[in-house]
Amino acid sequence: MATAAVTEVSAARGRSSTTLRVDRGGAFDAPTRERIVVQRLSAYFGTKCAVKDVSMHVLDNRVTAIIGPSGCGKSTFLRCLNRMHETVGGATATGSVLLDGHDIFGAKVNPAAIRKHVGMVFQKPTPFPTMSIRDNVAAGLAVMSPRPSRGDVDAIVERALRRAALWDEVKDRLHMPATGISGGQQQRLCIARALATDPEVLLLDEPTASLDPISTQAVEELVYELRREVAVVIVTHNMQQAARVSDSTAFFMLGEMVEFAATAQLFTAPADPRTEAYITGRFG
Amino acid sequence: MTVNAETRSDAGAPGDAASPGIEGQHLQGGGLADRVYDVVIKGFALCVPLLLLLLVLAITEAAWPALRQFGFGFLTSSDWDPNNQKFGAAPAIYGTIVSSIIALVIATPLAVGVAIYIAEFAPLWLRRPVAFLIDLLAAIPSVVYGLWAIFVLVPLMRTAVMPFLRDTLHLGATPLFSGPAYGPSMLSAGLILAIMVLPYISSVSREVLLAVPRSQREAALALGATRWEAIQGAVLPFAKSGIIGGIILGLGRALGETMAVTMVIGNRHEISASLFSPGYTIASLIANEFSEASGDLHLSALMAVGFILFVITLIVNGIARWLVWQTGGGRRVRA
Amino acid sequence: MKMSEAIAGMPTPPAGAPMRPSVRQREAAARTSRTLVRRRIVNNIMVALLTLSAVIATLPLLFILFHLAKSGLSSLSIDFFIKDPKSVGESGGGMANAIIGTLIVVSVGCAIGLPIGVGAGLFVSEQKHTRLATVVRFLADVLNGLPSIVMGIFAWQFLVRPVGHFSAIAGGIALAAMLVPMVTRTTEEMVALVPHALREAALALGYSRARTGLVIVLRTAMGGIVTGALVAVARIAGETAPLLFTALGNQFRSFSLSKPIAALPLQIFQYAVSPYEDWHAQAWAGALVLIAMVLTISIVARVATTSHGDGGSD
Ligand SMILES: Nc1ncnc2c1ncn2[C@@H]1O[C@H](COP(=O)(O)OP(=O)(O)O)[C@@H](O)[C@H]1O
Ligand SMILES: [Mg+2]
Repeated sequence: MATAAVTEVSAARGRSSTTLRVDRGGAFDAPTRERIVVQRLSAYFGTKCAVKDVSMHVLDNRVTAIIGPSGCGKSTFLRCLNRMHETVGGATATGSVLLDGHDIFGAKVNPAAIRKHVGMVFQKPTPFPTMSIRDNVAAGLAVMSPRPSRGDVDAIVERALRRAALWDEVKDRLHMPATGISGGQQQRLCIARALATDPEVLLLDEPTASLDPISTQAVEELVYELRREVAVVIVTHNMQQAARVSDSTAFFMLGEMVEFAATAQLFTAPADPRTEAYITGRFG
Repeated sequence: MTVNAETRSDAGAPGDAASPGIEGQHLQGGGLADRVYDVVIKGFALCVPLLLLLLVLAITEAAWPALRQFGFGFLTSSDWDPNNQKFGAAPAIYGTIVSSIIALVIATPLAVGVAIYIAEFAPLWLRRPVAFLIDLLAAIPSVVYGLWAIFVLVPLMRTAVMPFLRDTLHLGATPLFSGPAYGPSMLSAGLILAIMVLPYISSVSREVLLAVPRSQREAALALGATRWEAIQGAVLPFAKSGIIGGIILGLGRALGETMAVTMVIGNRHEISASLFSPGYTIASLIANEFSEASGDLHLSALMAVGFILFVITLIVNGIARWLVWQTGGGRRVRA
Repeated sequence: MKMSEAIAGMPTPPAGAPMRPSVRQREAAARTSRTLVRRRIVNNIMVALLTLSAVIATLPLLFILFHLAKSGLSSLSIDFFIKDPKSVGESGGGMANAIIGTLIVVSVGCAIGLPIGVGAGLFVSEQKHTRLATVVRFLADVLNGLPSIVMGIFAWQFLVRPVGHFSAIAGGIALAAMLVPMVTRTTEEMVALVPHALREAALALGYSRARTGLVIVLRTAMGGIVTGALVAVARIAGETAPLLFTALGNQFRSFSLSKPIAALPLQIFQYAVSPYEDWHAQAWAGALVLIAMVLTISIVARVATTSHGDGGSD
């Protein structure tokens, strides 16, 4: 159902759209549930409020997109979901984020543990420059408990690279420095690194913003596929991208969540006039 | 805020999804490593203020007997007579200041000149090598400068430079360049100090000059100024306080320099107007007399001059850092 | 140059000057070509002077290296590296005791000073917004500017005086006290060059701050830290003043940390100011060895810096 809508939206808007060569069955129709429930979340930098009173949820085996003009709080919201927000000096958040029913802001919760379950990939590729391609992918394994044995690591690295659709390109140079591959490959390497530890949720903050069109397409296809295994939240300011890869979309403006709906519906029949103004290109 | 029911419509009952839920206890605990890490690096960091505190403590404690006995007169008396337990620091303070001034007078034009040359005029391929050679001066150990000065510089001063200044240029008529040319002297000390502080002044000046925005000199050049006029009018005013900071940093080095000075200044307790006569600096006094100190009060007097040096260099460095920091816009300038 | 000419020589009238051509300006126009020549000459003289200052400034280094090579090489022999000093009057002997002593004292200095300096530098850049970090950064600069002789007094007062004898360990601690502020600043600068994004990436993988700091940040900055540390070690290896009050020097070979010990710079000093020709020759040889050590370390460090160059900053 939504598949058709996605194609329709793109076609109707007369822009070039990537044809997704992926199997539309399987994970897409799999039963799902709420992985993350966000209740009345507000996030601050000092006294400046960057995210205001947002409530939404993230479904397992689905891609949730967050769109909105630059500076509207998309990244800040995303970084609240794995408690990266608080690593900025003076940053605080109120409200609650429930991960499988557990409040991640709970008093006894270790933020590092949350981040092992909620992986994240940033706008710019961030391979660790001192490590080889293999060691980059294996980097997260070092903090897993129990820690995988040496023999398992190679298998896990291969699997993660395959999931990130990078294996064929790098399998012959696993021991080369990770900074020696192209930007698009580096970004997929970062996705592989995030996937290696088998997180339940994957957060992507404008993962294609610094990539060329071909790499962008590779990453988009990857995101589309990833929903078989994890819940994906992707921030993008590219509406076509949201339309192509996501199942539901939240539209943010000035720190507030204006609308949250199935992607097809948000793009074809937005309920809020501000959403309509944004998706028809009147601002942003 | 609009939350459409449809996003929930295909949601099954919680718990029947493919992947299992996360167990609560997996999210807790840990954090011990971070607490240890914080404490450890904070402990290391605290070593720095602690070190300075211990320095102040050590030097004050060591200097205390002499400071108490002689009081303010310690600064003004020129009597240094260990046999009669009389100590006055005036000659050493005088020598420290004079030798440093000589050093700055000689080193500053050269250091700033070479900095301007490197930053503005040198062909690109020459900049790094020249800067490298100048900076290498800072890597030569003090004792090697001293050795070279004893066997090369001082004989040269005695046989050529001093007679030239005194007789050929007739500067002997002024008190500064009169008297016999022994060789070891305030002037020799000042000269070796000049070579030693040159790289410090030069590297700070160079950094500061390079920090002046390109647009400054380009605007002046566009108005038809020659390159020197552009530097004089548009670059130097910007870099001025940073260069002064560099000079004062060099002063800090010169004031505290020990070995090379000890080896060429002649080590004599007297205040003489002539730069040809031997003298003492604080650091050379300590280095020279420490091993043969004749008693506790003598030792303490040496520590008391050390205390004076400590206070002077502390103040001089504070001023220099502040000046350099201002021009560099907080950019770190190596020194 | 007279004032009127100086004004005439200016390419544009001073701001606020009336735009009517004045007598002075007409005269100026007539003289323009003459002043232009004059200004060119001034420019060329200044360029010549600046070039000359560059030449003069590099001369001392070349002279010193020349004399070191000349006087040092002729006194250098295998014996110098393997024999201890002979007593006055006997010829021959070497400075093996001092070379060993320098290695020991500098090693003690590094063992104490490097971890503290790196740890403090890590703190200063990891917690750069705290008041303690600001204070530590400033005090490290202050300590860096203090004369090295002060470090000797400190170690003497606390480590020599109370126990009643000089020792290698006191010398090492005096050198460590010099090393700490230098390494603190270098580490801080190098860690500051590590992109923030790398830190975030590590934290997002579930790394603790400790692991992020040690495994990702420190390791990424390590090249630069090693370079800076090498420069600092080269500097303390050549220090004499702090050792006068602590290690003292020793005519014999010693491996004990609690006894006085020889050091190359100390021995060069003692031999240089002695009245014996033989010892002067030994001092030159010692200086040549010392400078070879120090310059090798500095140049290795510098070449390493140039080769990883500006790469660390983005
Ligand atoms: N580190 C920070 N300190 C202070 N304010 C910040 C910081 N990061 C982001 N902000 C502010 O928070 C708001 C939301 O930023 P962000 O979440 O990055 O927006 P988006 O990702 O939608 O472009 C912006 O107004 C931005 O200026
Ligand atoms: Mg953003």
